[in-house]
Amino acid sequence: MLLTNLTILVLAGFVGFAVISKVPNTLHTPLMSGTNAIHGIVLLGGLLVIGLSGNGALNKLLLVIAIAFGTINIVGGFLVTDRMLEMFKRKPTAAPKDDEQ
Amino acid sequence: MSLATSFFHDANFLDVLYIVAFALFIYGLSGLTGPRTAVRGNRIAAVGMAIAVVATLLQRQEGNWGLIILGVAIGAAVGVPAARKVRMTAMPQMVALFNGVGGGAVFLIAWAEFRRSGGYHGTALYIAAFSVFAAIIGSISFWGSNIAFGKLQELLPGRPITLGAAQQPVNFLLGALAVALGVIIVAGSHSELIFILMLLAAALLGNAVVLPIGGADMPVVISLLNAATGLSAAATGVALNNPALIVAGMIVGASGSILTNLMAVAMNRSIPAIIAGGFGGGGVIEGATGAGEHAGSVRSTSAADVAVQLAYARLVVIVPGYGMAVAQAQHAVRELAKALEARGVEVKYAIHPVAGRMPGHMNVLLAEADVPYEQLKEMDDINPEFARTDVSLVIGANDVTNPAAKTNPGSPIYGMPILDVENSHSVIVIKRSMNPGFAGIENELYYKPGTAMLFGDAKSAVTDITAELANI
Repeated sequence: MLLTNLTILVLAGFVGFAVISKVPNTLHTPLMSGTNAIHGIVLLGGLLVIGLSGNGALNKLLLVIAIAFGTINIVGGFLVTDRMLEMFKRKPTAAPKDDEQ
Repeated sequence: MSLATSFFHDANFLDVLYIVAFALFIYGLSGLTGPRTAVRGNRIAAVGMAIAVVATLLQRQEGNWGLIILGVAIGAAVGVPAARKVRMTAMPQMVALFNGVGGGAVFLIAWAEFRRSGGYHGTALYIAAFSVFAAIIGSISFWGSNIAFGKLQELLPGRPITLGAAQQPVNFLLGALAVALGVIIVAGSHSELIFILMLLAAALLGNAVVLPIGGADMPVVISLLNAATGLSAAATGVALNNPALIVAGMIVGASGSILTNLMAVAMNRSIPAIIAGGFGGGGVIEGATGAGEHAGSVRSTSAADVAVQLAYARLVVIVPGYGMAVAQAQHAVRELAKALEARGVEVKYAIHPVAGRMPGHMNVLLAEADVPYEQLKEMDDINPEFARTDVSLVIGANDVTNPAAKTNPGSPIYGMPILDVENSHSVIVIKRSMNPGFAGIENELYYKPGTAMLFGDAKSAVTDITAELANI
């Protein structure tokens, strides 16, 4: 199991390098917030551990907080990235828009 | 019914779901390489995440559904409005905050797993080791990100807060302490006290690393912390034998490392030097000695003069910096550019890789103001063009235009690649005052004969220029 997991670990690292090194400077902020959303996947860890036996009250509290944190990370990260990327799309008319003003 | 139920709980089926999920992550991220495919890429990655969550929920053995719903509901209630409402100028601190909660989740999960298993009782050594690694890095990332958030949100002072010469030894000791306590746990201690002390040492280290870092180095810190959280998520994946976590965590770790390195190269500073604490005190003093001899030779100008200069230029290059973000001036800048283009003036934007407080910060702001993607030029593309540029309009950028990076070996930014605005026929700098930037370094550019200063808030100054332009 360790060997399999380490293999996945190393290969995934190389895949990450290969994919990300092609991203242009312009898209670095969305890239960062997009990958930021992806590490919210630790939510799965919270979901798994809370499903195991032997969790006391404090553990449940810790895990609920962890699940809430993971959810913030995922939902917030993807939404904010989506908002940003929408702005990079060419717009037909330059309508002054949005919450900024 | 029971057949369907057993199929959905089949381990192979769940593994396939995980593989689909991380394939979608990779495919989605590869879409981020271009502005046209990026929106779709991000959504594809989000679908992958949803599949991974569903697969995990199917895999679970026990109940506690109420607690899961509670946690997810709290997270959604906090995360959704935050993501919807945040201003584009506040994006760096938003990313820092989201990164922090990710790190927080990592160390909380490790802690809960430690407690649940009675101090890794009967747990394989490597699982304990990966879990402890995740706990340490997660704790560092959580606290470091929160400090970064506090600095960017100006809850904490943006200038470096350091212990001076003691900083590096203290950081080293905290790091060594966290590792030593971790080793004790992996070696078989079941003491929760030691585990908590380890988390505390890592927490203090997170604080001690980020507090001394000045605002200008924030892009590097944020991407470094992002990479750290990714790696800690991957370690959690090994500890919990979850391939989706491993792949996703490693991809984030890799991308964060690439970005961190790019930022550091763009500043000509090594990552260890940045972590070791801000711009070193000695360097700042040396750079600042230039201030006295220059003082008084700055040429101040007016919005009306600037408007005339811009109106009769052929090529104007706008150099935005953090000052534009602070003043929320991106829409005003776009209006000015449109007015100039209507007069036949060519307008381009020169984007330094570390302008602003996170990688690509300026691009996001200008995209928000509908500046066409094609007008945003990266440093290497725009630098040769400054020689034929009539006016460079520097809006709230400082260190990235400082010629001392090329000419003054004593300057703390010596060797940093800069935008060669000094090569253009004339330079106009919009700046609130003569205060040096975050790095505290005097900018020689302001004292050159071809440079004129327009003092004021970036937004009102740009708006004034646009108004004057209409009168010409």
